[in-house]
Amino acid sequence: MANKSKKVDLNRRRFLVTATSVTGAIGVTSLGVPFVSSMLPSEKAKAAGASVEVDVSNVKQGKVLTTEWRGQPVWILNRSDKMLKSLKTSPKKLADPNLEVSSQQPKYCQNKTRSIKPNMLVIVGICTHLGCSPSPRLLPKGDMGENWEGGFFCPCHGSKFDLAGRVFKGSPAPTNLVVPPHKYLNDNIIIIGEDSEEEA
Amino acid sequence: MTKKNDTQNSTGFIGWIDERFPLSSFIKNHLTGYYAPKNFNFWYLFGALALFVFVMQILTGIFLTMHYKPDAEQAFASVEYIMRDVSFGWLIRYMHSTGSSLFFVVIYLHMFKSLMYGSYQKPRELLWIFGVAIFLALMAEAFFGYLLPWGQMSYWGAQVIVNLFATVPFIGPDLAEWVRGDYLISDATLNRFFAFHVIALPLALAGLIFTHLIALHEVGSNNPDGIEIKDYKDKKTGIPLDGIPFHPYYTVKDLVGLTVFLIVFASIIFFAPEMGGYFLEANNFVPADPLVTPSHIAPVWYFTPFYSILRAVPPILNSQFPGVAAMGLSVLIFAFVPWLDKSPVRSIRYKGILFKKWLGAFVISFIVLGYLGTVPSTIWGQFPSILPLLGGSDVATVVARIFTIIYFLFFFLMPVYSKKSITKPVPKRVTMK
Repeated sequence: MANKSKKVDLNRRRFLVTATSVTGAIGVTSLGVPFVSSMLPSEKAKAAGASVEVDVSNVKQGKVLTTEWRGQPVWILNRSDKMLKSLKTSPKKLADPNLEVSSQQPKYCQNKTRSIKPNMLVIVGICTHLGCSPSPRLLPKGDMGENWEGGFFCPCHGSKFDLAGRVFKGSPAPTNLVVPPHKYLNDNIIIIGEDSEEEA
Repeated sequence: MTKKNDTQNSTGFIGWIDERFPLSSFIKNHLTGYYAPKNFNFWYLFGALALFVFVMQILTGIFLTMHYKPDAEQAFASVEYIMRDVSFGWLIRYMHSTGSSLFFVVIYLHMFKSLMYGSYQKPRELLWIFGVAIFLALMAEAFFGYLLPWGQMSYWGAQVIVNLFATVPFIGPDLAEWVRGDYLISDATLNRFFAFHVIALPLALAGLIFTHLIALHEVGSNNPDGIEIKDYKDKKTGIPLDGIPFHPYYTVKDLVGLTVFLIVFASIIFFAPEMGGYFLEANNFVPADPLVTPSHIAPVWYFTPFYSILRAVPPILNSQFPGVAAMGLSVLIFAFVPWLDKSPVRSIRYKGILFKKWLGAFVISFIVLGYLGTVPSTIWGQFPSILPLLGGSDVATVVARIFTIIYFLFFFLMPVYSKKSITKPVPKRVTMK
């Protein structure tokens, strides 16, 4: 053995070491895939995160219905004409009145009322600051002061939103509240979590 | 072992580390400069494989723990959740369940190698005893783990094993109650078994494996010839003439063994994860029911030789304790083998035919007892009642008794036959074909 060792073919050795290492690394990486993916949301979590059907026929004008989608509160607010009017008066006080941050609503809600039907606001009730759930202060004035025209107020850090979920300037929240993907199955049934076909 | 040196030679980043941590000298002492006998054969793969399976069990176990719930109400469902809903959960669970069975396969072969080549003889007694301790801890680990799926077999297996403690004279019933933390196997038991399975025993195992390896590297590896390679060293370098560095020679050899092992392992996982009820028992797919015992209850295959011994020993003086004691002894007796073997040689290659016959008889009794432990004791029917003494008793029980006696005689008579057995002359240097 001692004699042979003088004639080591280094190229061959290097090739074998590299080939073995690369094959091994591919194997280990491939094995890593199931382990890493096992930490992703499971089928159960995905099922819980699937779309939900909501019957909105009982939501009267000026009232809000809170439902749940992916464990988050989703508000369905049936805005009265007066409430809709209030949306027009506020633009100067808003941080993003024209919905320039387009990730906050689907395309089909990129309009003045941020909704499919003008009166029906469907919005995720989670503050875009640090994830608290704002409380609806739908009526003007009250404890929100003389200039309040109705909207949402986050108790955690004082972010204020109007009745379309648009954030007021000076709030800690950087962006408007999120409008989730949703569509109307018929006049009364909304599916939250699925995009409206109009989008495409 | 070679001297601790060469740290001065390292430069750059490694040199920076070496001045603060003995990295290079560790690699030299335990890998590139650890000289193992050059004549290792097939049987010497199983130590490395056992280490591999241990690491894999820890890894898959960590990922299972992320989804499993140690709660009597939720445990069974959470295992099914892992199997059906967790992405690749089925794969991780099958890796873990198959891994546990293969762990025992590998460990039994590893132990058999030591029995064949006398790897427990002086100066490797402590190395062997650490190994026996690992085996004991592994059995405990497997037992605790088997309760976690909270199936019928989990439940009733734990019931039987915990009741073994109840047979201990005087303190038994209180002891069993203390182990269970309740008057029956319950949520409290499941919760503590979970703690033992995921942290206490793995920690103990890791520590024991560490001491096992430290002891191994202190005394050096034995080999199929059972002779000391340290007796013949190169006068200049002090390196054993029949030794080769563990790395790269044995790391590469172990990689080949690992590849073959992984082929077997993957075949089981993907084609026969339940292994016909031997790796995952059918009854364990039924949720635990404290009111109904399954009609046939048997431990997983790796416990069955010892379970057979438990069943084979009849009650004495209205006490089940002798059976339990015999089962305990059948495992613990391995620890005494270094002192039971009085043979002047280590390896079976140079031991006499008498020793070989006894070792063969032991292996056969281990396998027969293992088989009988998986089947009901009535499997072979009864002896006709006209026979004296044996009349009416179960054939399988009588066979199990005979093999239990052979099992113990292998150990008890070892001082006698190992001394008497005529040995062949031992070579001075290792032999290789």
